[in-house]
Amino acid sequence: MDFEIVIGLEVHVQLNTETKLFCSCPTSFNERENSNTCPTCLALPGALPVINREAVHKAIQLGTAIDATVNKHSKFDRKNYFYPDSPSAYQISQFYQPIVENGYIDIEGKRVRVARAHLEADAGKNIHEPNYSKVDLNRAGTPLLEIVSEPDMRSSDEAIEYLKKLHSILRYIDISDANMQEGSFRCDANVSIRPKGDEKLYTRVEIKNINSFRFIQKAIDYEVERQVEAWEDGVYEDEVWQETRLYDANKNETRSMRGKEEAADYRYFPEPDLLEVEISDEALERYSKIPELPDQKAERFQNELKISEYDAKVISSSIELAHYFEDMILHGASAKGSITWLTVELLGRLNKQNLDISQSPIDSKKLCSLVKAIEDKTISGKAGKDVLDYLMENDISVDDAVEKLGLKQVNDDGAIISIIDEVMNSNMDKVEQYRGGKDKLFGFFVGQVMKASRGSANPNKVNELLKEKL
Amino acid sequence: MTKSLIAIFTLVFVGKIRFRKLLRILDLITLKEAMKLPKEELVDFKKDLKKKIDEKKELNAYVGLEESGDGVPILVKDNIQVKDWSVTSGSGILQGYISPYDATVITNMRESGLSPFGRANMDEFAMGSSTESSFYGKTLNAHDSERVPGGSSGGSAAAVGAGVAIASLGSDTGGSIRQPAAFNGVVGLKPTYGRVSRYGLGAYGSSLDQIGPIAQNVEDTAILYDIISGYDSKDSTSAEMEYHPTAPNLNRDFKYRIAVIDNYIKDASPEIQKAYENTINLLQKMGHTIVHKNMTDAKYDISAYYITAMAEASSNLARYDGVRYGTRVSGENLKDTFIKSRSAGFGDEVKRRILIGNFVLSSGYYDAYYVKAQKVRYLIKQKYDEIFRDADMILSPVSPTLPFKFGEKKDPLQMYLSDIYTISVNLAGLPAISLPVEWSGGLPIGLQLIGKAFDEQTILNGAYGLESALN
Ligand SMILES: [Zn+2]
Repeated sequence: MDFEIVIGLEVHVQLNTETKLFCSCPTSFNERENSNTCPTCLALPGALPVINREAVHKAIQLGTAIDATVNKHSKFDRKNYFYPDSPSAYQISQFYQPIVENGYIDIEGKRVRVARAHLEADAGKNIHEPNYSKVDLNRAGTPLLEIVSEPDMRSSDEAIEYLKKLHSILRYIDISDANMQEGSFRCDANVSIRPKGDEKLYTRVEIKNINSFRFIQKAIDYEVERQVEAWEDGVYEDEVWQETRLYDANKNETRSMRGKEEAADYRYFPEPDLLEVEISDEALERYSKIPELPDQKAERFQNELKISEYDAKVISSSIELAHYFEDMILHGASAKGSITWLTVELLGRLNKQNLDISQSPIDSKKLCSLVKAIEDKTISGKAGKDVLDYLMENDISVDDAVEKLGLKQVNDDGAIISIIDEVMNSNMDKVEQYRGGKDKLFGFFVGQVMKASRGSANPNKVNELLKEKL
Repeated sequence: MTKSLIAIFTLVFVGKIRFRKLLRILDLITLKEAMKLPKEELVDFKKDLKKKIDEKKELNAYVGLEESGDGVPILVKDNIQVKDWSVTSGSGILQGYISPYDATVITNMRESGLSPFGRANMDEFAMGSSTESSFYGKTLNAHDSERVPGGSSGGSAAAVGAGVAIASLGSDTGGSIRQPAAFNGVVGLKPTYGRVSRYGLGAYGSSLDQIGPIAQNVEDTAILYDIISGYDSKDSTSAEMEYHPTAPNLNRDFKYRIAVIDNYIKDASPEIQKAYENTINLLQKMGHTIVHKNMTDAKYDISAYYITAMAEASSNLARYDGVRYGTRVSGENLKDTFIKSRSAGFGDEVKRRILIGNFVLSSGYYDAYYVKAQKVRYLIKQKYDEIFRDADMILSPVSPTLPFKFGEKKDPLQMYLSDIYTISVNLAGLPAISLPVEWSGGLPIGLQLIGKAFDEQTILNGAYGLESALN
């Protein structure tokens, strides 16, 4: 039987506000345990939450970016559950009336609907030691935006594409660091299967705890396989039920979190300590003005710089890459040269070292100088690659690197002619043969001249002058 | 008991003298007077006060004698946070907890030269109408040691009634200021929801709770109310509006339209009914106009109130899990530790309300209980609005009975029914003031004036006039 895969994604994004969602504690990382806390985020008796408007503004920005409805009235609710990292034993979230609804994100050839995005407070962290556990509440109360898609994706590839696009949008409008390793971009996947052609939705399984795009793809693929196998073995009803499973990256499998009978009841009810979140017309107008988004930027690059759609999309896929590229253009590199040297040469080298563009040892100005040196024929393209390799390891200027490696291209006719003379003198027999009609030997002479110049002679010049001399 | 005291009580019994005069004879100055005392005299006064508290130890109104600051001493209910004090909401689960911060009302008091002085006994987490559910044992009624002081602010009211506190702070979720004030013959004000910051008040029912003053007379009540009130950015439900002080504008001569709820009074005992009638007559004699109204059956108030309060309480009290502070009883694992700590730390009434609260919020029951209760609440508000279109305030009993005896209301439902006259005020978020109007068999009877939202001035004026007329 052929199956269709149905995937919906819930992404928890930590907003990059200065302070927490309901108190004025800073949201900074890597502080001493429990130092970023106050009566409110410690849930001491009598302490009360007060909404951080900055988080509301960032939610408006997201709503605008995904063309969604920003609700001028939204509400907070309490989600009740006991866990040490949740000091009040309830999470303040938006269950009944979220701030953002009905948006979408376009991926290649498809529109993925976003059902809702709501504000909620993050939990703290439990740190488990062999015989006891510790609780760090620095993160407790950090603002999260939970962005929930409709089950519109039909493959793990589409899921990854959606996530990368969402990630890119978040960075473009700068409402989150969206760093997966640090946990500021966390994804839960709802996965189900159904026979092709069937319109009904079958049992969905939620997979939690996945912290890289690669693992999300593997987790979805594993879960799909598990469900398909269960179906084919006739045990779908017994083995697939609505539950939360954890992905174990080491074993590449998903595991049940709790038994079938223990479905959690969160006893949602309206948070009585907070009023409705109201958004004024002024605030809505002000925070609906967002920077250029990835698709818009790609289109502009295509039109203004006459580059291919493919190149434009690659360049604008991340804000850091797009800014890097824009900076190169600004400093005088050609679009074509910038694209090649940025996306092929530099990114290739960064990938090998597991770095992203923001961690590149070569900044946009330096790469721009390199491209310009190649374009004005100071060095050859081949020499450029050697220079780039050298710059990856050494923090010096392009000029110094060229100097150091002795790669300056020789354009001076006299210097090249003297090398040609030398080569001709020591190969008189071949000169005779060439002159006698053996045209193929021309390549030999070019090679010898280039070799004698240690690659620094301008190959076009060499060709031109050799033809004259021979 | 000294000879003079016996004489005074005899006078009270025969109704010749009002309680306020009794306090005078006991030599307890009013808040207004205390605020004018020079520093040295205040020091002496406090020494004297401590002696008095010690002499009346068996009252058990104070569960702690902490002092903080050198201002006029104000007794504070044990659920209002005072920095560096052990604030425990009358519960075992908060034993050992030290509050690291001041509630906004405490900050406001300090700025006006008042200082928190002692912790008042209360029903555990304000859940009760008799102060019998306190971890610290029962508090006696100021006027009859066999009877309850009311609750949940029983300690706050008994101390003022017995002359061992100038004034105090209480909290009122369903009558917890007004009913003990009535039971101890003192004045208590439950302000409009949003008028006084809840920041620093250990929460019971967050959408119902308000802190308010308990004092010897209406003027003192207004003074303390003015000091603790006003917008607070730390409480999102605090009303952001200009505050006009009430004490300087107290006026006993205004004539008002006062509504009486005819279908309510049948549930009250004969003594209460009689005091109610007498008061209506007096108000008319004073020149006020009485208008007769009806309300929806109070049984709906009881259901809506207890569903709302318990639902909120079940969530508000979930933080007491033994992880960060208070009582912890280690178990075999995390879940076991939660269960053991909460089982050991909470009393029966609190457990009962947490269980019911969790039930009414659970999936499948939420709409039938919680959502419905909110609809009833809305209807009650509407009903009040309707009455206030034709009246400035409402006169109502506070308690259907005189102070009852210890252990008399063993059935929780019976205890819940003792709140029938007070809870709709909280459901509607309105202000109400309870003041003593009569004595019956040595026990005080209090009635309440209920006002429009944010119109405390009118009910304070009404109470001020009534108090003068009674004197
Ligand atoms: Zn905080």
